[in-house]
Amino acid sequence: MTSTPLVVLENVNKHFGDLHVLRDINLTVNSGEVVVVIGPSGSGKSTLCRTINRLETIDSGEIRLDDQPLPAEGRALARLRSDVGMVFQSFNLFAHKTVLQNVTLGPMKVLRKPRGEAEAHAMELLDRVRIGNQAQKYPAQLSGGQQQRVAIARALAMSPKVILFDEPTSALDPEMVQEVLDVMTDLAKDGMTMVVVTHEMGFARRAANRVVFMADGEIVEENTPDEFFTNPRSERAQDFLSKILTH
Amino acid sequence: MEAFLSNIDRVVDGFSWTVRLTLLSALFSFILGILLTAMRVSPVPLLRGLSTAYVEGIRNTPLTLVLLFCGLGLNSALGLSFADTVATDVFWWAVIGLSAYTSCFVSESLRSGINTIPLGQVEAARSLGLTFTQNLRMIVIPQALRTVVGPLGSVLIALTKNTTVASVAGLGVQEASRQMKLMFDQGIAPVLPTFVGFAIGFLILTLPMGYFFGWLSKRVAVVR
Ligand SMILES: Nc1ncnc2c1ncn2[C@@H]1O[C@H](COP(=O)(O)OP(=O)(O)O)[C@@H](O)[C@H]1O
Ligand SMILES: [Mg+2]
Repeated sequence: MTSTPLVVLENVNKHFGDLHVLRDINLTVNSGEVVVVIGPSGSGKSTLCRTINRLETIDSGEIRLDDQPLPAEGRALARLRSDVGMVFQSFNLFAHKTVLQNVTLGPMKVLRKPRGEAEAHAMELLDRVRIGNQAQKYPAQLSGGQQQRVAIARALAMSPKVILFDEPTSALDPEMVQEVLDVMTDLAKDGMTMVVVTHEMGFARRAANRVVFMADGEIVEENTPDEFFTNPRSERAQDFLSKILTH
Repeated sequence: MEAFLSNIDRVVDGFSWTVRLTLLSALFSFILGILLTAMRVSPVPLLRGLSTAYVEGIRNTPLTLVLLFCGLGLNSALGLSFADTVATDVFWWAVIGLSAYTSCFVSESLRSGINTIPLGQVEAARSLGLTFTQNLRMIVIPQALRTVVGPLGSVLIALTKNTTVASVAGLGVQEASRQMKLMFDQGIAPVLPTFVGFAIGFLILTLPMGYFFGWLSKRVAVVR
């Protein structure tokens, strides 16, 4: 495992009006690392993810990707975003485009790859997420699990430096959760740098290098998955784990 | 009826101008409508403000006033003109007035279509690195258009009928309603059959539009 810092957050603060959603967040994600973010609803996990590709701005502190501060706007920001993949809870596939077009759009329009090359790469990725045979379908014709795997392929197509997953399995029927987690586990094994907001402990134990526990906009605890799940140090983490374990 | 039919070439000529006014105004108001919508949703406050002011201003002005302003104000009083012949000149001023007016309704329709697009898709496009204009062009507008094909059809039908206001407002384009009025004035056509004939003429133009747009909106609907 290399330990080059890839994503660095330093003293990051963010408010929504009076609500202090991110409080002095310090977090480093090294290249090739898989970090699972866990915590109660409303603790700021989504906001944390969204600040990393600047879908949300921050009030103070600094976020760096590959030693570069995030650009504020314009082309530079678009380029940054193409380096940071994002997979959403609600898939967010482009409804008027086929599966293949969903995956080739970014490479063709942002990276300016020729169509042939983009399509060949897209087909490889769709095979990798085991959905190559659905390339000509529209999103509405696929199950949730299939749509989420397409969304992962769409993110991968940009060859991002890091991929952010915001509760990628929370909107899925239970029987489809595993197929998505399997794809994510494969990615982790292949050395993709990943920040994953999830409550799937099986995945965290299998694939994560580190678990970050958030509550009320703060990082309360950071540990290896095994340590965190068997021996949570903070009271809030103990409390939270006891709640999700009894579910 | 015979008297009406014996003047049929004038009727056809009138409607040919109606069609020309409609098609050109439709084209320009579509382009201008998209532009106004893009400005309306842009991150630049000045552009948003301009678009809002324009749409609210023109949309709430009677079409007659808009066309009078083009004809009396810009063309006659300020002497702005497109061509040496009056006929061509008034035609283009009518197209401009109709486009300026209709584009507001195109824009309002489109905007309601944009509001139906899940924000998540826009964020997904943004997170791929698409710029604001790429996002509009490739994700937002294509889907918004599909959801408002029906309403846009109604706008086109209204535009077709609105072409008759041009001559009332002093822009003497020889479109159907003006031809009709001229035929009355010259006493060469009996009133009732002529009225009915021209009304049917408009029906022949607009009824298929309604059906076509209804069919098209089903055809291009995006399943979510
Ligand atoms: N766009 C927004 N405007 C106002 N408040 C928001 C917005 N997004 C999130 N919040 C609030 O910020 C807090 C953190 O939200 P979020 O990051 O979504 O938490 P989590 O993902 O951990 O559930 C919540 O209290 C939420 O209601
Ligand atoms: Mg969330």
